[in-house]
Amino acid sequence: MTTLGLDIGSVAAKGVLLHAEQRYTTVIPTGWSPLDAGNNIIDSLVSKANIEKEDISNMVVTGYGRVVHQAASKTVTEIKCHARGVAELYPEVRTIIDIGGQDSKVIKLSPEGKVIDFSMNDKCAAGTGRFLQVMANALGIDVSQLSEAEDLTETVKINSMCTVFAESEMVNLLATGTSRGGIIAGLHDSVGQRVGSMVKRLGLEAQVIFTGGVAINQGVKRALEKELGTNIIVPDGCQFTGALGAALLARDLLS
Amino acid sequence: MSNITVEDFFNIRQENIIKIKEGKENGTKVVGLYCTYCPEELILAANAIPVGLCGTKEEPITAAEETLPRNLCPLIKSSYGFAVEDTCPFFHFSDLIIGETTCDGKKKMFEIMDEIKPVYIMQLPNIQDLDTTFALWVSEMRRLRTKLEEALNVKITDEDIWAAIEVINNERKAAKRVSDLNQMDPPPLSGEELLTVIWSRSFTTDKVSLTNMLNEFADDIEKQAVAETNAKKPRILLTGCPVGLGTEKVIKIVDDLGGNVVAMENCTGYKTLELQNDTSLADPIEALARKYIQIPCSCMSPNPYRLELLDRMIDDFKVDAVIDLTWQACHTYNIEAYTIQKLVREKEIPYLQLETDYSTSDIESLKVRIEAVLEMVE
Repeated sequence: MTTLGLDIGSVAAKGVLLHAEQRYTTVIPTGWSPLDAGNNIIDSLVSKANIEKEDISNMVVTGYGRVVHQAASKTVTEIKCHARGVAELYPEVRTIIDIGGQDSKVIKLSPEGKVIDFSMNDKCAAGTGRFLQVMANALGIDVSQLSEAEDLTETVKINSMCTVFAESEMVNLLATGTSRGGIIAGLHDSVGQRVGSMVKRLGLEAQVIFTGGVAINQGVKRALEKELGTNIIVPDGCQFTGALGAALLARDLLS
Repeated sequence: MSNITVEDFFNIRQENIIKIKEGKENGTKVVGLYCTYCPEELILAANAIPVGLCGTKEEPITAAEETLPRNLCPLIKSSYGFAVEDTCPFFHFSDLIIGETTCDGKKKMFEIMDEIKPVYIMQLPNIQDLDTTFALWVSEMRRLRTKLEEALNVKITDEDIWAAIEVINNERKAAKRVSDLNQMDPPPLSGEELLTVIWSRSFTTDKVSLTNMLNEFADDIEKQAVAETNAKKPRILLTGCPVGLGTEKVIKIVDDLGGNVVAMENCTGYKTLELQNDTSLADPIEALARKYIQIPCSCMSPNPYRLELLDRMIDDFKVDAVIDLTWQACHTYNIEAYTIQKLVREKEIPYLQLETDYSTSDIESLKVRIEAVLEMVE
């Protein structure tokens, strides 16, 4: 049985195709049209697996763009999809931290892999990928280079949680000669503290799995581990756990 | 045979604007109030019409923010905005405005509202079971009685108050009866229907007809078979800050996503419906004071009756999940959410706290959270 999961986020659109015991993945920028992004992913996955669109038995769509894909048999929230995807990869998972482009969320799972509680950031970019992106722009580097550029020996504390104020704070620090690496370490700590407090509010329980585009950043993982005092696992393909969950749920729905 | 519909309740507000205008022309007095702590019975006993003025719409907030801070509860801003723009007919027609010292935001706003129209303030204690503060509350009831007599040029006798007490006791019983219909499974009323019926009550000029309407509505529903489509919907209890038409976004999202708000434990809903004036007491003022001090608003500290009420409602309404709605910057409900969360977790059902305002800017993010809670119930 062939099923497809789409996770259309604010920054990136992700797709996972489950076909003949194989997992095919694609990620592209969402751009201005979530519908086009989804269609492009479907085309790309179909050609990767060398199948026809008609071969797909079922599709589930999640993420902020979920409502625009009428072709989907069902839309499911990112929360349920991440839980399904991560629990498939790590059956012992109890806490998922997912940091994406515009929101960060913490999901608590029962031993059976069911969502028992969750928390999401309010309407504010603090502790999200957007926060790091704005900061990277101001520092003149690509967001993907933040992690290797951090200098833990010169970590400074960034006090502002607000993206706009943190940016001006950072500009002031640069003006007074603080090192870029130290500022970046401070930014990672700031995200770690913000999201770490969300985890503590729900109650920290191991195993902790860190997903979403921001999980690629080793500096944020380090900061979260420091904040929570526990090891955190970042899955290979940490961006794809939502789409994987969607594809698995599409399969579950058929059986 | 009567056939009262939800629409009849929806129309109460509009119809009564006209009735109040006509009443005013014939010399009837109107008293505006902002809170369920204000004893409507005394206003009825003064032969005046009590009307609820709490702002539940987004539109006047921009005007309010010219004076009030942005980071303030939207209900307070909306209420003030309606007053300052003179866009609420009920405020416009009010001869007297009564406020209470419920929360800090409201009481400081009332000081500024006083520039538009005089606001009479009742000193509400923040503790329910202390003799000294209860004595203050009784004296505040008496002071209001005197104020109404002077301002409206009437004499309020004990008999007048007892008569009004009977009217309000009956009205609360009827409103509770309608709310309790949703204990049925499947529930006969959607969240929006329940809100429309219960919220519209505060705009009536005739509490007795309203009571009859509520009872006839309940009679009709009890006779009807409930549509099976409501059968498997997750049953949601809404608690927290007040909600009215104009700010029903959370209720609407739950309904749209396939859930059903079966009950509302907030001051526009069930919070006050069980409370009856004790008619066996000798002094009607004391009866009023005793009833009103029991209202389990988060401005009370501590506030044990809210927990007791929620605990019972979760069982009685066979609730699958609780949504706790906090209007932005409402500190008392926001902090009390911690205690409510503990109770709901002990009952082993999902709990979701939402902090939002009257705007639609966060609809998508609210949808994700609410949908995720409904998924947890499935």
